Amino acid sequence: MSKPVVYPLSQPANGAGGPTGTWRTERPVLSPEKCTGCLLCWIYCPEGVISKKDRSINYDFCKGCGICAVECPKKAITMVKEGGQ
Amino acid sequence: MSVKIKDFSDVEYVLPGSAACAGCPSTIALRIVGKALGENAIMLMTPSCAVASIGLLPKSCYSLPTLNICFASAGASAGGLSLALDALYEKGRLKGEKPTVFNWVGDGGTYDIGLQGISAAAERNDDFIHFCYNNEAYSNTGVQRSGATPLHAITTTTPLGKEVHRKNVPLLMLEHRIPYVATASLAYPMDLYRKVAKAKSIKGFKYIEIHAPCYPGWKFASSDTVKMSRLAVKSGAWLLWEGEYGRLTLNNPTSLLAKGKMELLPVEEYIKSQGRYAHLMKSPDKKSYLAELEEEVKRGLKFMAGRAELI
Repeated sequence: MSKPVVYPLSQPANGAGGPTGTWRTERPVLSPEKCTGCLLCWIYCPEGVISKKDRSINYDFCKGCGICAVECPKKAITMVKEGGQ
Repeated sequence: MSVKIKDFSDVEYVLPGSAACAGCPSTIALRIVGKALGENAIMLMTPSCAVASIGLLPKSCYSLPTLNICFASAGASAGGLSLALDALYEKGRLKGEKPTVFNWVGDGGTYDIGLQGISAAAERNDDFIHFCYNNEAYSNTGVQRSGATPLHAITTTTPLGKEVHRKNVPLLMLEHRIPYVATASLAYPMDLYRKVAKAKSIKGFKYIEIHAPCYPGWKFASSDTVKMSRLAVKSGAWLLWEGEYGRLTLNNPTSLLAKGKMELLPVEEYIKSQGRYAHLMKSPDKKSYLAELEEEVKRGLKFMAGRAELI
């Protein structure tokens, strides 16, 4: 009887590229009073870190590319410099 | 059929924390494509940025079954997988709806290295969707020129600008007279979603090409990825159209541009913030270079509009 062969299989999980939030130099900040809920930031986010429900941003994985701030028609998202460390 | 963003599924097929660059066009496009295809799909990838973005074992950023295949084999592998699934259904070993088999391949794997395999699969009319995300260079290996690199663009292998024109592979695919061919852009997500959903509903070989401005390769700010896609369409450097069995239809806004109902943006607007054209903008012959690119854009638009009227 031959030994069973174990194939390494990757499983889908958050953070496959590491804690990508540490790549960020600027963080997007949402002003909820300006947001009209058009969802453009949600669909254009390359990482999918913006929630469809309330547009809250997952800063653990946001890489800070700034596409959401450029594409927001109401300018409800602004890029703020990361401070400290 | 019109689709609204709020009707898009909130299931993510590219999970947060991939190893792609910040502002990567491939992950934006794949998120929309995943939402349109749903979970019953199998993805094949040739070596490209999309493979590098998967991340490290034991994690993967794609929540679809993913197969990594060799560079030249996109057409043959997907065709074979689709036929194997057909055989399993025929023998009754699989039940239910057949999964959508699709390739997620860059322009290198489509325009240059994978071309003959894809052309052969198109001619055999194998049942899968071939997606090409076209970032106009071999970006994964350090931005070398590819068959999709446009005229005068700087890459690491064309340091003085590319001297020859790019290929028109979507048109070549249209002339294979396959069931469905489309070109799409990141800046028009509803159009992309509609095209993917349409391709999913058709049996046979489908080809969709997505224009994907790569900011490290083209040298512009990471926040302008979507803006650059939009400028490409509005300046006529990228055309949106779809075709079925050799019949071509232009989509908005390209059809408005072709009819003259919308003004073409000057090509300068599109290329001025891209570092790969910086040598043109600084050159004393700037005017003649711009006139040449403008001429190229007008020729492309006139040609495709004429082709749309033919059949």
